[in-house]
Amino acid sequence: MAKVFIPSLMQELTDGQTQLDIQGSTVREIIKELEQSYPGVKDRLMDGFKLKGNINVAVDGEVSPIGVLAKVQENSEVHFLPALGGG
Amino acid sequence: MTTTYEPNKVLSNEEFKVVGTRPIRPDGADKVTGRAQYGADYNPADLLYAKVLRSPHAHARIKSINVSKAESLKGVLAVVTGADTIAPKKGESADFGLGPQPMKYLRDNAIATDKVLYQGHAVAAVAAQDVHTAEEAVNLIEVEYEVLEPVLTAPEAMAKTAPILHPDLTTDEFGNSNVADHFQHKMGDIDKGFAEADVIVEREFDTATVHQGYIEPCNVTALWNDDDRIHVWLSTQGPFQYRDALALALDIPQSRVKVTPMEIGGGFGGKFPLYHELAAVLLSRKTRRPVKIVMTRAEVFGGTGPTSGSNVKVKMGATKDGRIVAAKTELRFEAGAYPGSPVGAAGMTSFAAYDIPNVIVDGYDVVVNKPKAGAYRAPGAPNAAFGIEQVIDELSKEIGVDPVEFRLQNCAKEGTRRADGPIHPKVGGIETLEALRDHDHYQSPLTPAKNGGKVGRGVAFGFWFNAGLQSTATISVNGDGTVNLVEGSPDIGGSRASISMQAAEVLGISADEVKPKVADTDSIGFSFGTGGSRTTFATGWAAYEAANDVKSQLIERAATIWGVDPNSVEMEEGVLRSKTDTELSMTFKELSAQLNDTGGPIIGRGSVNPAGVGGAFAANIVDTEIDPETGKVDILRFTMVQDAGKAIHPSYVEGQMQGASVQGIGWALNEEYYYSEKGTIDNSSFLDYRMPTSLDLPMIDTVIVEVANPGHPYGVRGVGEVSLITPQAGIANAITDAVGVRLESMPMKPSVVLDAINNQG
Repeated sequence: MAKVFIPSLMQELTDGQTQLDIQGSTVREIIKELEQSYPGVKDRLMDGFKLKGNINVAVDGEVSPIGVLAKVQENSEVHFLPALGGG
Repeated sequence: MTTTYEPNKVLSNEEFKVVGTRPIRPDGADKVTGRAQYGADYNPADLLYAKVLRSPHAHARIKSINVSKAESLKGVLAVVTGADTIAPKKGESADFGLGPQPMKYLRDNAIATDKVLYQGHAVAAVAAQDVHTAEEAVNLIEVEYEVLEPVLTAPEAMAKTAPILHPDLTTDEFGNSNVADHFQHKMGDIDKGFAEADVIVEREFDTATVHQGYIEPCNVTALWNDDDRIHVWLSTQGPFQYRDALALALDIPQSRVKVTPMEIGGGFGGKFPLYHELAAVLLSRKTRRPVKIVMTRAEVFGGTGPTSGSNVKVKMGATKDGRIVAAKTELRFEAGAYPGSPVGAAGMTSFAAYDIPNVIVDGYDVVVNKPKAGAYRAPGAPNAAFGIEQVIDELSKEIGVDPVEFRLQNCAKEGTRRADGPIHPKVGGIETLEALRDHDHYQSPLTPAKNGGKVGRGVAFGFWFNAGLQSTATISVNGDGTVNLVEGSPDIGGSRASISMQAAEVLGISADEVKPKVADTDSIGFSFGTGGSRTTFATGWAAYEAANDVKSQLIERAATIWGVDPNSVEMEEGVLRSKTDTELSMTFKELSAQLNDTGGPIIGRGSVNPAGVGGAFAANIVDTEIDPETGKVDILRFTMVQDAGKAIHPSYVEGQMQGASVQGIGWALNEEYYYSEKGTIDNSSFLDYRMPTSLDLPMIDTVIVEVANPGHPYGVRGVGEVSLITPQAGIANAITDAVGVRLESMPMKPSVVLDAINNQG
């Protein structure tokens, strides 16, 4: 199962848990599973079928260029991060 | 291997034929002869000139706008106000370099509809036969305002009694307030970390609002053509973002908007957002003639996005043996009039250069009555580093460890977990600090004072993520053995050269045999803008893919001509040859001449949205001299060290490092918006907004470190931003070294330095 790191200010939705082991082969499936156990998570992360504009997802340290379509392996780490700008 | 190009050094590990060399830039001749076409040079037939009416107030409600006098002035052809704009649909957003932002805010920032939220906020615009008439007409527009109290800093705007900018801006945590966002990164146990610390330093820092300071003012020419297609010519870092945002703002399909990026005279992140372009398009819709707007310098300062002023609290603890065990920061960033400061990046980079087990970072995005913040090289990171790198310096002094060795001992490396969660991949922080430590500058005694002042030395260290994102390139082969390269990334810092060189390397031809062109949005596939240190990485990668596409087609064509299996043909260093028959060989140039008669022209394409982005480190050493009677700070010697991964064109990497160093020196010592209590800007000219000139500066020495990024074909990391993170803190540390006081506000102008010296306990 993937290790999903819950952002600090979302941990109120996960009973204070900072990391969760979640089954899923893509980030989309991971979020769907999270939502089953912790309602409200999906609304914090997604806007329709996409991640919210101000959120990135990193799988194994790599920010996904394809958002929730990113593949997740067994033992992958999944992090939800603020979207960054650049000059 | 170490190569030198005095006074700059490149610490290179891997050599290529073209990559890593220093050819003359493809756009050089046009630029030095003045033939390069900038936006202000573009004058199509039937051109009208427009001026924008801007708010004199920092915060006011628009009660009414009367344009009748302006409309009746002879020579005026059209007037537009916020009433001419279209309300964006719910949920629509566009990204101009600081992450996606709601179209409503972007539209209201371009032309105010109900409230003005900063002095300089656009309220209306007039198109006329000449610019003087437009200027006169703008002054005839009558706007009735209900003036409201402004709020100018993030801490003030977070107070419960602060005037509220947006009645509809709410968060679960703060309700309706000026706080647009709050995030937190947490790792380890912060209380346990501070309990383990032998030395704890805690300080609070403030940084002023500063502008990118690009020399070429913003400009646009827009034509709403009779076929209802819109053509926009402008100085921009992101033509496709403009196209898409204009289409959203006008509620029309993207295909009806064509954006042509003209040459660009600097951007640094500031030439992404939508400003007067919407007014120009709306004026052209009314007149069906091209409409041109060129901002004055005062309009650039007042009407475009600077980077945030900020309030940064830092607390860090270390053990006596030099291990940082706890780090905490609170970042309050001014977003300007609408949500979207770079506080997110500031939070993620705050302690990312170090390996610290217990960290907590809180960031607040706060709206204030200043222009909406724009991106500026490594947005947000310099603000945070100004405080954090000073606290690290103080910790090293308290413990009695050399400041570079202290940073080395705590440096992040491959496998280090960042406070925001992910683990660093292969990075070059250690190598960057070692190059700094071993540099002649650091090994030499302090530079002697020139004017009898007190001298000091400072260092600072920083990390920036860099970006990937989408890029497209096409390559067509000419009959003379050259190729035409078309790409969609405006060339700000020499990227035509660095992109061409990657294609040349693949094809085995020289850099000057690649003819690059930055295309309009009708002529190339989507390419995210030039920013985030992404262009040489991502567009270079697209060019690499396009060149490989060409190469595989050339191999097939040679096989066809020779009547052999394509798998038996190879192409290396610009020569095609059979692997099995030494008689079968021809150069790329020879084959190019035969293409039309052997199957037709060859075109290669590359489109990428790459992962594998490589973060980069920079560090600097600076020697300063402080006049204890006036507080004036002079820079005596300055060296910047940066990990480029691979410097495709070292001269342009050095240029990026030197330019960022100079901007950092200006930010550190002089630059700031002077605001009156009413929120009006008192220094909106380069005479009063003091940027460094060559007379203020020594030569900036550079060292390019090359720790190859395994995520890129040539090892490229981004190079355009990270060098702006460290100069400010390095200079602050040098001042402390010289006069023994810690500077907690920026800019460290003479009055601030003098006050600090005089108030020294």
